[in-house]
Amino acid sequence: MSTLLDKIWSRHRIVERDDGQTLLYVDRHYLQDGSGPAFEMLRQRGLKPRAPQRAFAVPDHYVPTHSRDPAAMPDAANRRVAEALTRNTGAAGIARFDISDARQGIVHVVGPEQGMSRPGMLIVCGDSHTSTHGALGALAFGIGASEVAHVLATQALWQQKPRAMRISVHGSLAAGITAKDLILAIIAKIGAAGAVGHAIEYAGPAIASLSMEGRLTVCNMSIEAGARSGLVAPDDTTYAYLEGRPSAPIGAAWDQALARWRALRSDADAKFDREVSLEAGAVAPMLTWGNSPEDALPITGRVPDPAGAADAAKREAMQRALDYMGLAPGTPFTDIPVQRVFIGSCTNGRIEDLRSAAAVAKGRKVALGVEAWVVPGSGLVKAQAEAEGLDRIFKEAGFQWRYAGCSSCIGVNGDTVAGGQRCASSTNRNFQGRQGPGARTHLMSPAMCAAAAVTGRLADVRRLVDRA
Amino acid sequence: MEPLRQLESAALAVPRANVDTDQIVPARFLKRPRSEDFGEVLFHDQRHLLGAAARGEARIVVAGRNFGCGSSREHAVWALFDYGLRAAIAPSFGDIFRSNALKNGFLPVVLPEDTVAGILESLAREPGARLAIDLERQSVTVPGGAAHRFDIEPFARQCLLEGLDELAYTLTQAGRIAEFERTYEAP
Repeated sequence: MSTLLDKIWSRHRIVERDDGQTLLYVDRHYLQDGSGPAFEMLRQRGLKPRAPQRAFAVPDHYVPTHSRDPAAMPDAANRRVAEALTRNTGAAGIARFDISDARQGIVHVVGPEQGMSRPGMLIVCGDSHTSTHGALGALAFGIGASEVAHVLATQALWQQKPRAMRISVHGSLAAGITAKDLILAIIAKIGAAGAVGHAIEYAGPAIASLSMEGRLTVCNMSIEAGARSGLVAPDDTTYAYLEGRPSAPIGAAWDQALARWRALRSDADAKFDREVSLEAGAVAPMLTWGNSPEDALPITGRVPDPAGAADAAKREAMQRALDYMGLAPGTPFTDIPVQRVFIGSCTNGRIEDLRSAAAVAKGRKVALGVEAWVVPGSGLVKAQAEAEGLDRIFKEAGFQWRYAGCSSCIGVNGDTVAGGQRCASSTNRNFQGRQGPGARTHLMSPAMCAAAAVTGRLADVRRLVDRA
Repeated sequence: MEPLRQLESAALAVPRANVDTDQIVPARFLKRPRSEDFGEVLFHDQRHLLGAAARGEARIVVAGRNFGCGSSREHAVWALFDYGLRAAIAPSFGDIFRSNALKNGFLPVVLPEDTVAGILESLAREPGARLAIDLERQSVTVPGGAAHRFDIEPFARQCLLEGLDELAYTLTQAGRIAEFERTYEAP
């Protein structure tokens, strides 16, 4: 009768009030360099972190990616942000990977990579893409600064239980179609507010056959469909990914954990508040044309015409997006030139993402007039890519090969896209100004980004790769 | 937290769906300390959204579906609050924004899509028209006098009405947390 959400929820319930408000215990609290205000809230109340061993910190948003020298930060305010994380976590005894540590990276890449995010856990972080960790069968969601302070002080959080939505993906993805295409297709289908108030469980054969990297990408963008969390029930793919990672249990503890994890799935007769289903075989390479992740279409299409919108409000919204994006209705997507390419982020900065982009870049050159970057999601992803020779492929093609961080997904470290520049980006948000004031972002998979880099336009990656 | 019981003021109309927190406060301002005025960076890159009214005149913002979607930055609530706003009315809110709002004495009111569309139409006809919100009675009174009831979780309502500090309340439950920890086994 129970969903996976029910099972994780009930295990973490400390107190439930008559009105349904529930105090939940937090297993893992990730902190990044934007956590300063929460520590300040604690200081003002004279409180200290209750369970520092359950927290882990890594700077990612403000770190420079052209150098590992903190002095390379663009201004004093950024340095203060970085120093605050060091000071706050140092004083509290919270473990941290610094910028000089080879394991540093984006918190949502590092947590799973270290085996710190595991099935059945309740995981929070002051960052909306915390939904990523749900790929391991955890209940993981983003929180604001007040909630970060609350978790630091109490190791617990008041929540109203979200409704349960299941998105079942049947069939299998066609060759060259990635998890990114799938999640963009899902968001286009249900809308950016489609899952507000819900936790999404992704299920079905197409999800089961995704790699861990692919599941992390799908869960990562749950928040772009309105869901604070997205989950995939753990299975052999999950266990194979976790086994041997630095923080994963070992020996008898591993066997015991495995036995517990195997029970973490929605029962056959579990009742969901909402069910959505999708045919994987129908998913084409996707990209976004507007300023909401729901504005996604197949690359084979054209810029939509506001004249065809269902109502005046929608028409106005589309026109506003086209004006901002500098696009004319009816233009084939593959006719649109790009000036920037960004491959990285917590959505698509993992080794599999870099491999798929390198497969397209190999033996080709970045088009004239295009500035293309690869920013690995972590130092370990970077090292792995270098061991596989991917860095050479990218550099020979004319890509910049940089250090790990959030970089141009949000641009607060100075890695911005200039106003008016069009960027093919493997990130998660195409909001106005997201990559910098006036920047024009098109979301797509890393392979599609690489295709855009080498052709100089938005491009159908299927035309560039040999299909076996 | 400042208690909030009733509001009666001019309303700021932002007749758009999916107003994300990057629009409410662009990311480059997130490194400012909370002690600074975030009202001055509200809708920084789209100042026209603030309308013609002077800062502080409107206490209520009315917007389209999914207001406050995207990034978890609490700064978005701080910017609305510092600007003088105390409530938002929309057909839906980003879940994290909504939660952040409740921690800061800022009331998110969910009304049906048609009702919000009607309010936005009346605000378009008469910019700066006044709205009233009564949290105790859970009702919004729109121009013309019609009242619309809204739902809110009792706990959130109580916290807002009393200006109750959630963390202080939880600390009274510290014994329960300690008790839970004693028998808790990692998943």
